[in-house]
Amino acid sequence: MTLFLLRRLAVALLVAITVLTLSFMLTRLSGDLAISIAGPNASQEDVELIRRAYGLDRPLILQYFDWIGRAVLGDFGTSYFFRERVADLIGQRLPITITLGLVGLAIALAVAIPLGIAAAVQEGTWVDRTVMLVALVGQAMPSFWLGLLLMIVLGLQLQLLPISGTGSWEHYVMPGIVLAFSAIPALMRLTRSGMVEALSSDYIRTARAKGLTRLSILAKHALRNAAIPVVSIAAVQLGFMLGGSIVIETVFALHGVGFLAWESISKNDFPVVQAVVLVLALIYIALTLLADLLNAVLDPRLRTE
Amino acid sequence: MSARSGPRGGEPLLDVRRLRVEFGGRTAAVRGASLSVSKGETHCLVGESGCGKSVTALAVMNLLARGARRQAEVLSFAGQDLLRLSDSRMSRLRGDRMAMIFQEPMTSLNPAYTVGSQMTEVLRRHRGTPRVQAVDRAAELLGRVGITAPGMRLGQYPHQLSGGLRQRVMIAMALMCDPELLVADEPTTALDVTVQAQILRLLAMLQRDLGLGILLITHDLGIVARVADRVSVMYAGEVVESAPTAELFAAPRHPYTRGLLSCVPAPGKTRREDPLGSIPGVVPRIPPGFQGCAFRDRCAHAAASCAAAVPRRPAGPDHEFLCTLPADWVRQEAAA
Repeated sequence: MTLFLLRRLAVALLVAITVLTLSFMLTRLSGDLAISIAGPNASQEDVELIRRAYGLDRPLILQYFDWIGRAVLGDFGTSYFFRERVADLIGQRLPITITLGLVGLAIALAVAIPLGIAAAVQEGTWVDRTVMLVALVGQAMPSFWLGLLLMIVLGLQLQLLPISGTGSWEHYVMPGIVLAFSAIPALMRLTRSGMVEALSSDYIRTARAKGLTRLSILAKHALRNAAIPVVSIAAVQLGFMLGGSIVIETVFALHGVGFLAWESISKNDFPVVQAVVLVLALIYIALTLLADLLNAVLDPRLRTE
Repeated sequence: MSARSGPRGGEPLLDVRRLRVEFGGRTAAVRGASLSVSKGETHCLVGESGCGKSVTALAVMNLLARGARRQAEVLSFAGQDLLRLSDSRMSRLRGDRMAMIFQEPMTSLNPAYTVGSQMTEVLRRHRGTPRVQAVDRAAELLGRVGITAPGMRLGQYPHQLSGGLRQRVMIAMALMCDPELLVADEPTTALDVTVQAQILRLLAMLQRDLGLGILLITHDLGIVARVADRVSVMYAGEVVESAPTAELFAAPRHPYTRGLLSCVPAPGKTRREDPLGSIPGVVPRIPPGFQGCAFRDRCAHAAASCAAAVPRRPAGPDHEFLCTLPADWVRQEAAA
């Protein structure tokens, strides 16, 4: 178990360093930063001045290690556009994005797992076919369209939920539903196929031969084995929700990290872009690690590779 | 073949009469099979693969896959009519008074739970035994099936055990509630020969000590000769011959039984240059509504009459076979 843990941690660290390097390189590849900071009407001298002020005249390798050294301490520099510390900017936006992601994942799991189990237990019947049809429709539906639809029905017509902003927990329900919708099909399919496989296995036959109750057979013996791929995908989905919720954050005016990334990319605010990419990547790495650990708890064979 | 209270006396523990199992109306896997197991008796069910042995066992336990249809004139266990038992009542019997072990020790245990957890849950389900006592019982049974250091094994996961150990765990788990009947579906097929012998000795010992009735399914006639009190030979979903073990080996009557026995060399009897027998063809898939003897296409003694209903012939006390040939046809043939 300790060996397993150490190995996973080492891999995670390597990925983190790679991401750090990539995010530094990508922002340097998109043209001369001093020119874009100075603006289109700046003179050559102004550009040179800015270049020196921001340390862009130094060798790239020095800039790189300087940036890493600061980033490790949580100092990502100052935003060119917002004139605020990047760490503070992200600190303000991250809780919104994380809340949204967790709400989305919770809704997705609460819907996908019971439906997936029901479809597997009723394999081949109308229940199974209906569930799979819903999954297909869900996969095909664009999220901004579903968001607008929910706003019209739940927000404007029924007046159940607020349609934009971040004032209360109610503000997260609609965007959470929209986010969940995109994650539900994959989670449901995996739950279903995992349960179908588990239920036809020899150890489930043994469980039945032991006279165990239906609940114990489904919840204890089948679900635990079926859950392993679901856990892995749920982690990936949560990563998507955190990093890829730009559209939904825009539609619902939730000013989270996704929205910040979009703003700073369009303004060429490269310290912010760099930091956002890095933070999201680190969250992603942490989620993958968490999924591996959860799976090792679920399946003892993974602990003794 | 049919359950009697003749020479064996008393009501049988398990009584199966004219059991039929069909899958989706296309295949009749079991076609009117009858057999019985008494307390303390080992009844072997033999035959080639695909002749309905496992399906018979699963039907007895009500563990058939969805879509299978089970019918019988009688299907009773210790005087209870299993045909009329609800699913939940049946699940209370399974693992408690009737237990089953399987052919695949490698995959029959849940990989996600420890041996201890899987063993104790049987007692906890059927008896509500507290965890500590259940663990004691599990350790005691592991010791009984010849596992050393049971305390350590209880904390291990199936993937940490060999196939032989896993099958011992399955047997110990089946014994948790002191069952009266053990259905064993080819329990040694997947194991090494040395381990096979150990497991068979173990089953024989447990039966002597606990008075278990055992329904043992096998295709290995060597095993039958060693452990069975009684043998039923199954072919294409029917029991074609049933007799006490010594009688069956000494005077087999059904051409299929004779074919099976001729496939096994007997040390001292079969000489090196003698051809070893084989039965041409394979077990056919029988559609529902099939008439006559299912073996006729592979049988050297087949006649036109074999296409009609086949009589059940007595061939001595407690010995029956299903064939158009007369009971003394072997002697007649030898004389001619």
